Amino acid sequence: MKLLRTLILRPLRRDLLRTALTILAVALGVAVVVAIDLAGDAATGSFNSSMQTLTGKTDLELLANGGLDERLIAPLAALPFDAHFAPIIEAQAVLPNVGAVPLYGADLASAPAGIAISKPLADRLRTSTITFNLAGRQMTFPIAQTFPGNSEFLVLDIADAQRALRRFGKLDRIDVTLGPGENLAKVEPAIRRLLPPGTLIQKPGSRSDENQRMLRAFRWNLRVLSYISLVVGAFLIYNTISVSVVRRRAEIGILRALGAARATILALFLAESLLFGVVGAALGVALGRILAGGAVSLIAGTVNALYATSRPTAIQLTAAEAWTGIVTGALVAFLSAFAPAREAMQVAPTEAMSRGAREHHARLRWRRGLMWSAILTALALAASQLDAISGYPVGGYAAALLAIGAAAMAAPAVVIAVNRITRRLVSGRVAGLLAARSLTASLSRTSVVVAALATAIAMMASVGIMVGSFRETVALWLDTQLRADLYVRPAVPASAGDYPALAPEVAALLAATRGVAAVDIFHGLALHYHGERATLGGGDLEIVRRYGRLRFLAAQDRDAILRSLPNADRAIVSEPFANKHHVRAGDRISIPMGDRTVTFAIAGVYYEYSSSQGYVIVDRTTLLKYLPNQPATNAAIYLAPGADRDQVQRAIQLSAANYGITVAPNQTLRKAAIEIFDRTFAITWALEAVAIVVAMLGAANSLLALVLDRRRELGLLRYLGASPAQVRRMILTEAAFLGLLALLLGAALGFALSLLLVFVVNKQSFGWTIQFHPPYALLAGAFALVWGVTVLAGLYPASVAARLKPIDVIHEE
Amino acid sequence: MSAPRLELRAVSKSYADGEQNVEVLHHVSLSAGAGTVTALLGRSGCGKTTLLNLAGAMDFPTSGEVLIDGRPTASLSEPELTALRRTRVGFVFQFFQLLPTLSVLENVELPLLLAGASHTSAAALDHLQWVGLADKSAAFPYQLSGGQMQRVAIARALVSSPDILIADEPTGNLDTASGDQVLSLLREAATRFGATILMATHSAEAAAIADVRVHLRDGRIQSIDQSIGSSPNQR
Repeated sequence: MKLLRTLILRPLRRDLLRTALTILAVALGVAVVVAIDLAGDAATGSFNSSMQTLTGKTDLELLANGGLDERLIAPLAALPFDAHFAPIIEAQAVLPNVGAVPLYGADLASAPAGIAISKPLADRLRTSTITFNLAGRQMTFPIAQTFPGNSEFLVLDIADAQRALRRFGKLDRIDVTLGPGENLAKVEPAIRRLLPPGTLIQKPGSRSDENQRMLRAFRWNLRVLSYISLVVGAFLIYNTISVSVVRRRAEIGILRALGAARATILALFLAESLLFGVVGAALGVALGRILAGGAVSLIAGTVNALYATSRPTAIQLTAAEAWTGIVTGALVAFLSAFAPAREAMQVAPTEAMSRGAREHHARLRWRRGLMWSAILTALALAASQLDAISGYPVGGYAAALLAIGAAAMAAPAVVIAVNRITRRLVSGRVAGLLAARSLTASLSRTSVVVAALATAIAMMASVGIMVGSFRETVALWLDTQLRADLYVRPAVPASAGDYPALAPEVAALLAATRGVAAVDIFHGLALHYHGERATLGGGDLEIVRRYGRLRFLAAQDRDAILRSLPNADRAIVSEPFANKHHVRAGDRISIPMGDRTVTFAIAGVYYEYSSSQGYVIVDRTTLLKYLPNQPATNAAIYLAPGADRDQVQRAIQLSAANYGITVAPNQTLRKAAIEIFDRTFAITWALEAVAIVVAMLGAANSLLALVLDRRRELGLLRYLGASPAQVRRMILTEAAFLGLLALLLGAALGFALSLLLVFVVNKQSFGWTIQFHPPYALLAGAFALVWGVTVLAGLYPASVAARLKPIDVIHEE
Repeated sequence: MSAPRLELRAVSKSYADGEQNVEVLHHVSLSAGAGTVTALLGRSGCGKTTLLNLAGAMDFPTSGEVLIDGRPTASLSEPELTALRRTRVGFVFQFFQLLPTLSVLENVELPLLLAGASHTSAAALDHLQWVGLADKSAAFPYQLSGGQMQRVAIARALVSSPDILIADEPTGNLDTASGDQVLSLLREAATRFGATILMATHSAEAAAIADVRVHLRDGRIQSIDQSIGSSPNQR
């Protein structure tokens, strides 16, 4: 313990700034991981229906694509078991100044007339009547009773709800609750016998599980991104402990000569790393809790825009999560310090090797590094060929990790190569000569810093290329997809359910508007397919054929496919659906619709980028044949030649003013889609920025270490006639060199990683084909910025170097 | 009589050590002219290195004056001091202080590079030739013996033809044969190039090549003796 205090803690206290930088790097790395985890839980943790607080424990849920017939309730209730069957309707009501709130239709036959609301909502509203928009209509109800609960929701009697939503005779769900002593294994088959073939019987929570499953690729990818900063932090711990070992070689030699065991030395340095890990991670957990507050709305926004309606719950940092964060930080620190600590352990008692000779040996090892780099590259290539494992792109991420390892191993060779190339350039320029030489001379350390910076840069570049390519692909797709002149949908926020309905009168109003040539009415509804969510849609595919530009996968004849759909059990599916469920044109899929299961032939697979869950599209006539009362959810309007778009838009807005719709020209929709896209990736950029900040801390830390380590040399330069400005310039040149090396390596690695992200990880996670469009201007700007910031990171070390007093340092031994 | 090249007038130097003020040099006066070798002798801690730092304008006296060519060093600005180190003063250290990252040739070139001179390689090679190490120009310091390293250090100290060479225990870390080589180079630098050499040493061999031997004790000059036949400018 005393050894720890004198050999490790005391120097750490002396070098307070470097200690703080290292701890801060770990803290940021852990904070990001914790924040993303907490925010992800909070943003998606609310799929559990607030109905559960209303109905209590449920044993089974019965549901069907397109809804259940309410007449099922009577025979179910007549079953000779002690079981309760509760009919449920789910919708979203839009309240002025409140937003979307879940509205449930439930059996409230014995309750007073009016609407029931949850206590939190009652507390907020403090009125006796309530007005809201439901499926395009304004409605007002007296508040008849208040339910306990901890979220905001509304409950109408089932008959009122059916009337309000015009879902006469339809239920979204039947909740089954068994009496005490009843055996689920006996009841379930009896229920199944009474149900039509297309009905789904699920355990409660299955829908929440389904939602979570739907989000798993999104959350998994986000989580992996959040580990980048920690990986960069790991390089820095390695570097800090290496510096610590190099500086104390003489002390270690003396300790060994005085009888210290190798294990003692190993333990001392591992203890140092643990100290960084534990203190940094503890700070990181606290910081992560704060950052989660900001991240949760970003994640919830994406979830709502792209996946399913959810409302963020409170962020909950449990003791278990806090400990996981601390243990993760400590473990990363421990593992990254193991190699340098082992090196310390091997210092011989008679250690007298000079740094020059040691670094000379490091220089000789670059070939070995290059060989390892080649091996890791080969392994990465092999891993990238693997298929996804239960939906996770494990091979793709393994390949990315191996590629990072390969780049780190190649770092010494890159440092030497660049130094050789730039030797001519710097000849005669003393700051350049000394800077380049010093970086090559402390090759082992320089390589780690370069690898850390390069990893952060590569992550930034690869995600930049992936997002840029994706954005360009989506923009091109929007151009071909959004061919209609005007789009109509219910005027509700994104959180108001996944498929808000248009009032039934709207379709006729649209068709009757002067200047309208064709109206493609679309019906979208949730599709439960093989335990995954998707969208089932019905549209006027003849109109799509005549006016639209839907793009199908190569070698599929668009015209023939679309012609074959009306009045036939044929469907087209989106690319993500085809990839997720391993189906292609010519295959057949069976889809439960209402009370039957229909088998559709897949006529074609089309490009689609709005949902990774995928679409199954049939002609509207087919959909309505099986689900007669399915409400329309949106409409696309094609104008007659010569019609004025603004005039038509105004005419529709005027005539449908009572039905709560929005009418938008396709440019507005396109813009909104790109805005959603950019918002979705905002968190990605935030994660990137943190990784870059951690890398910058590392650069500053390492340059400071180089300065402190070479105090005597810097003092000597002053004896030989260097001015303080020359010394400062030399350190800044080193920072610039370091940045340049990292940029070169990072750009190469980033390009490789972007190929993995675009063609392996994305394809396996989300199922879409992204065209490769690197955003060159953006990348160039980002590279310049990173380089600039690396040079800035050298400012403080440079001023420390320039302020050194030569006579104080020249005689130090 | 012209002014001596290097002159210390009643120089004292003290450092604060906690609350105490420790006087390292007390009222030292000394001067040295062109082409002379002055040896500073005395036990460790007697103030030799402090005196060398003051003479080389790396440090400044608490009282008294250090004059180089009649100009007090304390009156020089930072750029003037840098210029002085580049052109007028060279240093040789006990532990050689070569930059491990530079080749032998680059180490010798370094003062010229720092001064922004051109044709630095030719001048550096000339000086390496003079110390007998032209064949080692591409080698790195860790590939040299101690004696060779000190000869490189002497070449480096003299490459910009300084008037004053400050040497701190130049043979302190060398075997006798290597030490002798280094001493004869220093002597030659004074005789052939007219350099004023101020050298701190413990060694009798080093003292023997000096024209003037200054014995220091506890920061004061105890005695000064001159070699017969030498003509140092001393007061």
